[in-house]
Amino acid sequence: MTKKFKLDDDSVVVIVGSGAGGGTLANELAQRGVDVVILEAGQHYTLNDFENDEWAMFNKISWLDKRISAGGWHHTKTYPNLPAWIVKGVGGSTIHWSGVALRFQPHDFQTRSVYGEIKSANVLDWPIGYQDIAPYYDLAEKKMGVTTSKASGQPEMPANNHYKVIAAGAKKVGYKKIIRPVASNSTPYDDRPACLQIGFCMQGCKIGAKWSTLYTEIPKALATGHVELRPQSMALRIEHDKRGNATGVLYADKDGNHHFQKARIVCVAGNSIESPRLLLNSASSQFPQGLANSSGQVGKNYMNHATAASVAIHKGPVYMYRGFDIAAVIADEVEPNTNRGFFGGYYLEGLALHLPYTAAFMKPGGWGREFTSALDHYDHMSCVWVCGEDLAREQNSITLHGSEKDQYGLPIPIVTKTYHENDDKIAAHGLAQWRKVSEAVGATRVIDMPAYPASHNMGTNRMSAKARDGVVNQWGQAHDVKNLFVSDGSQFTSSAASNPTLTIVALAIRQAEHIAGEMRRKAL
Amino acid sequence: MTTKNKTNPLEAAPTMRLIERRPQLSRRGFLQGTGLATLAAGVLPNLLATPPAFADAETFPTLGAPLATTLLRMARDLYPHDQLADSYYVTALAPYDGQAKTDPALHKLLSDGASTLDAAAQAQHHHRYAAIELETDRVALLQAMETTPFFQKIRGGLVTGLYNNKQLWPRFGYEGSSWQKGGYRFRGFDDLDWL
Repeated sequence: MTKKFKLDDDSVVVIVGSGAGGGTLANELAQRGVDVVILEAGQHYTLNDFENDEWAMFNKISWLDKRISAGGWHHTKTYPNLPAWIVKGVGGSTIHWSGVALRFQPHDFQTRSVYGEIKSANVLDWPIGYQDIAPYYDLAEKKMGVTTSKASGQPEMPANNHYKVIAAGAKKVGYKKIIRPVASNSTPYDDRPACLQIGFCMQGCKIGAKWSTLYTEIPKALATGHVELRPQSMALRIEHDKRGNATGVLYADKDGNHHFQKARIVCVAGNSIESPRLLLNSASSQFPQGLANSSGQVGKNYMNHATAASVAIHKGPVYMYRGFDIAAVIADEVEPNTNRGFFGGYYLEGLALHLPYTAAFMKPGGWGREFTSALDHYDHMSCVWVCGEDLAREQNSITLHGSEKDQYGLPIPIVTKTYHENDDKIAAHGLAQWRKVSEAVGATRVIDMPAYPASHNMGTNRMSAKARDGVVNQWGQAHDVKNLFVSDGSQFTSSAASNPTLTIVALAIRQAEHIAGEMRRKAL
Repeated sequence: MTTKNKTNPLEAAPTMRLIERRPQLSRRGFLQGTGLATLAAGVLPNLLATPPAFADAETFPTLGAPLATTLLRMARDLYPHDQLADSYYVTALAPYDGQAKTDPALHKLLSDGASTLDAAAQAQHHHRYAAIELETDRVALLQAMETTPFFQKIRGGLVTGLYNNKQLWPRFGYEGSSWQKGGYRFRGFDDLDWL
């Protein structure tokens, strides 16, 4: 059932973006009878387009429109135009995500109260608590088929070689919480097949075993007859009326022609760089700082997790690329414990890189025998990604370039990031622990890698109880514009140490319930 | 790629399915002389699909053999893998020749860069760079020019030119695309036997 809505139909909800936030929100609204137009900047790929080839898929699906890395992080040198690694396509970054589905911990919603004031950080409590989101975590885990979740009933993913090496080392150093909650089918689920241990999860799951809105939420939404998906439709600005309510979204189609889609409600879910960028680009005489930006917090508090990576060379072959890309996840270090010298905590997430990416990320700019003597042992390697809490800092931000424009005529975004010393301590602690875990099973060489461009982007339109501290309220609704919502990870007030997708999905389900209710009550 | 110790699900204690990393040259010669070559193409693509390549004027018609020889030596010094034949490095460098044909600025960058490298080599060692015997001497010359656009151009291109070459992957024990073989669910995803 393909529904078409007219541009001047002002009864629809317009959602910008079709990833974890936008795609889920669209389906959840559609299931409640709400009419939706999805504007997606990228193309509509299918499983046939997915290749088991790291660089081919990078070039095919990545968001490669120009961006600038700025600030104190090493990306200014190593990845000057690739601050973040996300997807431009229907399904957004749920095509690329690793599938790790970790809940936030209760304290993650109250970091300001629990941690106290932290110097040169901008930490704030969420306006919601764990108890508010817990039922939606259950719904999200059930929807996504998360392994080892009571809500889904899905058993654990069978352990591959990479998992076994990491889990054995973790146990030897005394770690107890070795987990693997992933949104990929350990058994057939929701009309999708079980994982075949193909690898290349982050290149788009070739068989659709890993949850992605591309082949779950989006087709289900379209099947209701309430949703129209418009791919290759780049949102340029959100317009508003004199009362300060959003009236619709101006967008460019694949040929560069501009259209204005009227809307009853606008929901922004373009990831934490594009979402604030769209609000800033929607500045008007009434809202000169950008839409929904009376607090000045739009684009601020950019978080992407305190990260680092490392490879270990083992005495026997591992073939880490064989099987599901996420190996064992060590959860013993995630609970806050300031005796370690930092706030928050981290996960050690086994994450397989294939040979081409290992060569590119192990030591950017590296060469010579120190480099090649490690790579010669690719088949003996295990690899970890440290995922730690990243503290909000106001100076870490998305801003607009003063003169340089992209192919749509929009100012290109500048992504400014300088890690807080707390972030550096987390990364260093994680790398030291990984070394112990690896050496416990006889690893002969461990090579620390700098963080590669993150797919976790959060915080740039954050939730706050008070309008002056953030951009949206507890429902993701803009403090300043009643019928404008933020529906992606940019509404996060803290980053926690968890991969963000599960929380984005839980918030989207909760938001859909709220929006549909308010529409029924004519409050929106 | 070849395998040894093939996993048989019926065996009680299967051993790990290992990837043979050495090129099987004698076997290749044998296969090429028989009707088995066609059959083997699907099984052993890496052994049969890598024709010999050289830093000669045929492979580098724009840059020419002397410059190509310098670049090849440089490529081997940047990413030294003693188990790899020259042909992999030539394959990684060949695209520069194609680009230089239509990009005079690139052509100039490469020839000027190689000239500078050779001049430094002559001054310190009285030989062209590629003719210097000791790897450590050549590496020291490269380190001295690490920040130049010439160096960065060659180094950056090699990371993908070399390691994204499917023919080279088995030399590192990496198997590449797996979905067409049904993934690893029944091909050793969990066959680790040494812990």
